[in-house]
Amino acid sequence: MNELIQLNLSSQTGRKYWRSLNQLADTPEFRQWVEREFPEGASELLDSGSRRTLLKLMAAGFGLAGLTACRRPVEKILPLSKGVEGYVHGRPLHYATAMETCGIASGLIVECNDGRPTKVEGNPRHPFSLGATNAFQQAAILDLYDPDRARQVQKQGVKSSWAEFESWWLEQSAKLGDGSGLRILSARSTSPSLEALKAEIAKKYPQSAWVEYEPVSFDRVTEGARMAFGQALVPHYRFEQADVIVSLDCDFLGLDTLSAQPVKQFAARRKPEDGRELNRLYSIESNFTITGAMADHRMRARASDVASVALALARELNVSGAELNVLGQNSGRQQKFLAAAAKDLMAHRGRSLVVAGPRQPAEVHALAALMNQALGNTGQTVVYTRPPFAAGDTLGAVKKLAEDLGAGRVSTLVVLGGNPVFALPADADWNALFRKAAVAALTFDENETWKAALWQLPEAHPFETWGDVRALDGTASIQQPQIQPLYGGRSALEIAALIAGREQRRGYDIVRSYWAAQWGAQAEQKWKKALFEGVIDGTQFPAVEAKADAPRVLAAVQGALKPAPAGIETVFYPSWHTLDGRFANNAWMHETPDPMTKLVWDNAALLSPATAKKLGVKDGDMLELSAGGRQVRCPALVLPGHADDSISLQLGFGRSACGRVGRGVGHRVEGLRAAANFWFGPAEARKTGATYKLVTTQEHHTLIEPITGLKRHNIVEEFSLEEYRHRAEHGKHEEHPATDLFGGFDYSKGYQWGMAIDLSACIGCNACMVACAAENNIPVVGKEQVAKGREMHWIRLDRYFSGDEEDPQAVMQPMACVQCEKAPCESVCPVAATVHSPEGINEMAYNRCVGTRYCLNNCPYKVRRFNFLNWNKDIPEIRKMVFNPDVTVRMRGVMEKCNYCVQRIEEKRSQAKAEGRRPIRDGEIVTACQQACPADAIVFGNINDPESRVAKLKQQARDYSALEELNTKPRTTYLARVRNPNPELV
Amino acid sequence: MTVFSKQFDTKLRLAAGAVVVLLGAGGAIAAYLFHPRQIDTGYTPVQPVPYSHKLHAGNLGMDCLYCHTTVAQSNYAAVPMTEVCMNCHVRVKEKSPKLQPVRDSYASGKPIPWVKVHRLPDYVYFNHRAHVTAGVSCVSCHGRVDQMVEVRQVQPLSMAWCLECHRNPAPHVRPPELVTKLDWQPEGDPAVLGAKLIREKGIHPPDNCSACHR
Repeated sequence: MNELIQLNLSSQTGRKYWRSLNQLADTPEFRQWVEREFPEGASELLDSGSRRTLLKLMAAGFGLAGLTACRRPVEKILPLSKGVEGYVHGRPLHYATAMETCGIASGLIVECNDGRPTKVEGNPRHPFSLGATNAFQQAAILDLYDPDRARQVQKQGVKSSWAEFESWWLEQSAKLGDGSGLRILSARSTSPSLEALKAEIAKKYPQSAWVEYEPVSFDRVTEGARMAFGQALVPHYRFEQADVIVSLDCDFLGLDTLSAQPVKQFAARRKPEDGRELNRLYSIESNFTITGAMADHRMRARASDVASVALALARELNVSGAELNVLGQNSGRQQKFLAAAAKDLMAHRGRSLVVAGPRQPAEVHALAALMNQALGNTGQTVVYTRPPFAAGDTLGAVKKLAEDLGAGRVSTLVVLGGNPVFALPADADWNALFRKAAVAALTFDENETWKAALWQLPEAHPFETWGDVRALDGTASIQQPQIQPLYGGRSALEIAALIAGREQRRGYDIVRSYWAAQWGAQAEQKWKKALFEGVIDGTQFPAVEAKADAPRVLAAVQGALKPAPAGIETVFYPSWHTLDGRFANNAWMHETPDPMTKLVWDNAALLSPATAKKLGVKDGDMLELSAGGRQVRCPALVLPGHADDSISLQLGFGRSACGRVGRGVGHRVEGLRAAANFWFGPAEARKTGATYKLVTTQEHHTLIEPITGLKRHNIVEEFSLEEYRHRAEHGKHEEHPATDLFGGFDYSKGYQWGMAIDLSACIGCNACMVACAAENNIPVVGKEQVAKGREMHWIRLDRYFSGDEEDPQAVMQPMACVQCEKAPCESVCPVAATVHSPEGINEMAYNRCVGTRYCLNNCPYKVRRFNFLNWNKDIPEIRKMVFNPDVTVRMRGVMEKCNYCVQRIEEKRSQAKAEGRRPIRDGEIVTACQQACPADAIVFGNINDPESRVAKLKQQARDYSALEELNTKPRTTYLARVRNPNPELV
Repeated sequence: MTVFSKQFDTKLRLAAGAVVVLLGAGGAIAAYLFHPRQIDTGYTPVQPVPYSHKLHAGNLGMDCLYCHTTVAQSNYAAVPMTEVCMNCHVRVKEKSPKLQPVRDSYASGKPIPWVKVHRLPDYVYFNHRAHVTAGVSCVSCHGRVDQMVEVRQVQPLSMAWCLECHRNPAPHVRPPELVTKLDWQPEGDPAVLGAKLIREKGIHPPDNCSACHR
């Protein structure tokens, strides 16, 4: 490595970026990641056995291979017996559908190849998708083919059938009478058809109760509105209208909204070329979330202190006109922060926004509503509608259910979806309570709830069943199946129809008849339109005129809020890997690193460097956390920028009953989560002395910052708005004159593909990573292999910190092959397996590659991936159905990397040629990462066409090439991050 | 005492030389024998139904597109559905025992297991649509199928063979509406007409890797 780096030279912008605390301290472990592509020993192919045994095996393998290859394999062509309308072999079909997670629904379009759903995209017509998806929606397709799903109706582990279950139910229901012994526990649902069935069940069994529970719920949002306006409402934020946004512990770009809509709207205001004023985001949070990373100003505060911060902000804004008492003392720095934020908000009346996170108590939501009202934002940047689900006190209902079960008042409990035994609050021993009633559980996998149930019923995947959902604003969509249930599963809707005693119990009939009743005469036509478009016209809820009586609400808020006790507290967060445990058997999600910690295949207790010091722990030290007489163990992981005295825990790990992928991965923290500390609460943390191996990718593929003329060049560039304006006036910065070692290609003709990635818009949400894995058949390697640096992702998200370790800023950089025009990898390949296409793509011919890995060693961007093992060897047959038929499944010993989704380029080229040899239009080809991106941060196109979007972006003043000094002339360039700091706080 | 005789070194060299020559010759013979031209051309598997292209496409003059309907829309030309056979064979030869598998398939909904003749490796993405719409005739790759009782592979389908045409497409390009006329011959040199069409329509067959390998 260049010795000069140790001089720690300042860069042009004066910022120094670091990817981990190890890098900041420049430890030997970190040095190894920089200087070597893989750590010591990672090139050994096998874990056990020497190189000698390997050679022996290989010799035998070659001998046998020679014998088998002589015969030509006989392949069959199996055409359909009778045709299917619209089906052409080899052409994918796309169907609109919808999926809900935790009661938040988004419209999707699923690509099906020869009857196999293979890829999920967003539905541009749907208001909560707008054509984009999040990582979970992308990964849902893998769950569909999960061989470890529940596949068989069972009665206490003994094989049974749906018919037997139905006859059991008829017997059981005869004994139910008025239903006082019947309870139904379901996941949150927004389905209008299910709502109708619920009403039927309530009529048939008037004494029964239906409890909806989600471990990741938004109850406090609606309860906050109830507090402010006297009715449960859902706030809808229009981030694209807001110039100033203050987030009170709300990760609205990340896991606190679960849809693409807020990201689309927010990112639309982070692009300075668009001519609209850049918005400014103030974020107050305990964990370092991706929303915090996007913030122009960020304040670290424990989750329990956010209420006092909110009160202080309300006082600054003079919400009630009367003097407000603020809980406790905010520090001078916080005072200054809040005063500046308040001033900024007031300068943007009607164009600002205060948002509160779903973890915060109802009082904080009521305060946010009051602040928005005082700022004149209500009706402008925030509108309210009624919720699309039955809002209420879920935790109270759950407590009642536990009491009823404990007292033997429940004879029959039907569980519809979710995994309540794993995820319900730890106040009660649910496993024992479930033994006290006849439990029929419809679950997606053989989870903890399945194990505790009498009747074990397999649930159908959303892509297998008919249904309907409502988006948060009421917009309804029909959920259209893409394939017959693979394992004979049924939907909650179908079980509810059985309970309601309906004759028609097929999902299709239930949904069809519900909507036919709504539509009347035009039902047939409207049904077809709804299926085609994926949204049903005119189903959006009207905005509710919401006005709060400020003094009365404030009095209630002040009465309810108590100062937070000092000391350590724990906060529960959804996980980027499993969400709430529902994706626990999804290998794509486990292998996609957490955007901030870069942790894979695990959860961890996140804490600040100062708190770690106080507790005497470092990364991987096992912590014992206790609260309310309950204990859990979780390994510590230090996250720079985390609030002090706060420990962030991710839900959905440590599943004891789970498929092969997720069993025993991570540590279960739900055991600590009771109703009293459902989201956060005081806890004690103790170092146990044990250690646990955590694997993060934050130091993998660390790029070496080039040094020229005693200046260090940053890989990521960011400017303040002021600096950006200065640059924009003076034009793009000067090109470095450089001598080419290799002769050039002529890139002046035809299509020349290029990409621009906007770091100002990129929020680092992982959607592109999972979309790429789905599109390009990228294998999963597992925790041990990731530890060796063998992860296979073609696109990665590099997260850089800058500033001090206690309160740094962060910036995300998606990094895939940048398609160098002067590619260092090509010149070292001995077999010409990686060569340049005339259109500027650095191509990889897998069938030519012999696996020397020279190219990988020579790649300064560290974006090439090597198949150390045959990752696809042991995957079950059914899992192979998810493969994209347009992309080769790679073998062991082969190099691979991003190729700009060349299969999509070739498809559009062939289409354009078939349509009279017309030119390919700008925007016609979208790469998988671009299509998934909710922030529209990735733009792909023909840079030879000056009118193309990508060519125009590359003309911008903030366009730059990473590692430009190496003169590789990358086709992917970046648009520097522009921050919009408040001058008063700089 | 000497362990090795004086001639040993020479003998060793000769032996080594012989090994090299033998290996080289063996390699050359293997390369010849295992070349797709030897191995794959002429492959004529027995089909589950003795369907004769000569009868249907040749004698009866049916157009290729009657059965291979998707050739201009998809990567695949599509082997027809049983339904397509039954369009005629509900009336024509409706009792023939040779057509029993077709009737069975139609009745049961199970596909007829046709044996693939033209097989490309999994990493090759050949696109029928791209070729047919550019004016490359079926005959260029599949030969005179209208004269074959049993379909056999007539071209090696090797990469070198593909590239031959991609580098010099003129002799194989004709007006797209004539691609299924297997006996069509232009007046004069096909290459002259082809060159004219290529110029007019801007046909540039790619010869970079990802054109076929993805």
